[in-house]
Amino acid sequence: MDGRSGGPEPSFQERLRAARRRHGLDPVVTREPEAFSPWGIGLRVGAELVSSLVVAVGIGWLLDRWLGTRPILLGVFVLLGGAAGVVNVWRLFAPPSSPGGKGPK
Amino acid sequence: MNEAPPPTIDALGQFRLSPVIGALGFSQSNVFMLVAAALTLAMLYFGMRPRAVVPGRFQALAEFAYEGIMGMCTSTIGHDGRKFFPFVFTLFFFILFGNLLGLLPFSFTYTSHIVVTFTLALIVFLLTTIVALAIHGTHFFSYFFPKGAPVLLAPLIVPVEIISYLSRLISLPVRLFANMVAGHVMFEVFASFVVMLGGAGLVGGIAAIFPLGINVILMGFELLVAFLQAYVFAILTCIYLHDAVHLH
Repeated sequence: MDGRSGGPEPSFQERLRAARRRHGLDPVVTREPEAFSPWGIGLRVGAELVSSLVVAVGIGWLLDRWLGTRPILLGVFVLLGGAAGVVNVWRLFAPPSSPGGKGPK
Repeated sequence: MNEAPPPTIDALGQFRLSPVIGALGFSQSNVFMLVAAALTLAMLYFGMRPRAVVPGRFQALAEFAYEGIMGMCTSTIGHDGRKFFPFVFTLFFFILFGNLLGLLPFSFTYTSHIVVTFTLALIVFLLTTIVALAIHGTHFFSYFFPKGAPVLLAPLIVPVEIISYLSRLISLPVRLFANMVAGHVMFEVFASFVVMLGGAGLVGGIAAIFPLGINVILMGFELLVAFLQAYVFAILTCIYLHDAVHLH
């Protein structure tokens, strides 16, 4: 290292991280702690889907009451809530993305 | 239980609150919360008192608890995880002792009330949001719009992300609450079978062995669930704190 003070370049850091991961030196952050059993996965997915739907229905209902647009926003938010539930489930089982925002692997 | 002629299964009666100090609204649920807090403190106090280099059983328990939660914090949140260790530790042991105390006869499971679990989740939610706002300021709101997504989709993505963020407030408490209620209802139902069959003569008495056996197995399972749910609550708190500190 000749007089470089800012530490190694990022590409080196990245390669080091990849190598460490490959050899299992870094603790793997588990995003789904309940993934031990199929039961756990099922309950987890159900909870995620239902809870985002509940939140969305709540928001839609309150907005409707506030703005006086009775059925419209509720309907919109039911769809958004379903989408949010699917997003949550995707986040549970998506392959862990690399920190640099790179593609898979 | 008493001499009522038709034996019925009162599966939900066990969750009823009864006042201990009525004027304060102090119920048996609150008594068990205090017991759980006292047990946690006692475990740490008596576990740390020997201060042996080679820990005895009790000291090993306290050290294992400390190191386990500390490891969970630092490996999940990152280096800053140490700051949140006291919070996660308190949360974990409050839930764990609540779950475990509920398995003792004549006790009460305060984690089987959604008010309790929801309040815990609300504390977690507010803490993560405040931490994120304190560290990142208004930059926190970029959390709701992933980098690189087309701006045209913002009206769709932002509400979905906000709902997804808020849904933690429901999924976190419901998971704990539902597990606890389901387990205790199953205990009650099978225990009622034992009583009902036991009152039905010799054949019933023999048949009553089966629900009794199921309850024995269930107790082992519920011990696992008690630990697992406390662990899940704690590690999800850590993951949320990780998101708050690092914003992905």
